[in-house]
Amino acid sequence: MNEALIAETISITGHGGEEIEAYLARPLGQDSFGSVVVIHHMPGYDSPTKEITRNFAAHGYAALMPNLYHRDAPGASPDDAAATARAKGGVPDERLVADVSGAADYLRALEGSNGKVGVIGYCSGGRQSFLAACSLPLDAAVDCYGAFIVGKPPEGMPLKVGPIVDLAPNLSCPLLGLFGADDQYPSPEQVDELDKALIEAGKAHEFHSYEGAGHAFFSVNRPAYRPEAATDGWQKIWDFFGRYLAG
Amino acid sequence: MCTYLTEKITVAGSGKGAAGWFTLTDATVYLDHPQHAPAEHTLNIDFLNPANGPAARVAVELTAESARALARAIEATLESAPPGLA
Repeated sequence: MNEALIAETISITGHGGEEIEAYLARPLGQDSFGSVVVIHHMPGYDSPTKEITRNFAAHGYAALMPNLYHRDAPGASPDDAAATARAKGGVPDERLVADVSGAADYLRALEGSNGKVGVIGYCSGGRQSFLAACSLPLDAAVDCYGAFIVGKPPEGMPLKVGPIVDLAPNLSCPLLGLFGADDQYPSPEQVDELDKALIEAGKAHEFHSYEGAGHAFFSVNRPAYRPEAATDGWQKIWDFFGRYLAG
Repeated sequence: MCTYLTEKITVAGSGKGAAGWFTLTDATVYLDHPQHAPAEHTLNIDFLNPANGPAARVAVELTAESARALARAIEATLESAPPGLA
């Protein structure tokens, strides 16, 4: 692999047939590749998550990150868009699923696609990755410290999303979960509950919780970054996607 | 965590954003991950005019200690103002 890639901003068809902005990175010089939908964290469609998207292309996957806040703030800078979206209570689940579905369709239609599409999400995107994998036919899913798959938001929090652990029987593909043992959202107990729900549902999954790491340990530009957890986590992702998406 | 915990208020005044001064109509106050501040969580305040679009925003991200100091300073300043001014 020579790591050659091309990355660009494109439009894809999302929820309700609407065109939304998305960031596409794909490998060059590969006859066949798997694909990944990247779901950005709550701070939005930002540069660090574009870098993550390019990293997938450098490792031989086509990767597409839809701007989940595009409708809330078209053309706005990522931080302003995130502020607008959060003031509205976040991304509705139905819209998220349809946007990921549109992204997956786009990736499957790329010349060279092997037809396999996975999904990965961080922070709020971790929950959304699980949601998408329980709602759409996908080939692999990664949940990076997604809160509120299990458990209700604390009292008084005007969160518009609720727990979705009861969707576990609908999971369409293997799930890799990467968590921080010091995180409270999701807490280790909530991670255990999701683990048990997936075992009961007979769903293939593997979870890893890192000691000394909390929420957002993959974020290289934040104090939460934990290099040991992130480095091992990336290796787990390459192993996992290598099994279910590559080729 | 992604808290979504948000206090919304209406405000009257002006703020200076990336494109210069504009009229403020709203403000949101929330505790969440910052975009820029080197902390895991900050008390964030957005001064806004939503009618002018998402970029009509003056944003600050403060440590909890700084935010409390700011709140005390605002209260103290208003309390000490001569009668009739505030």
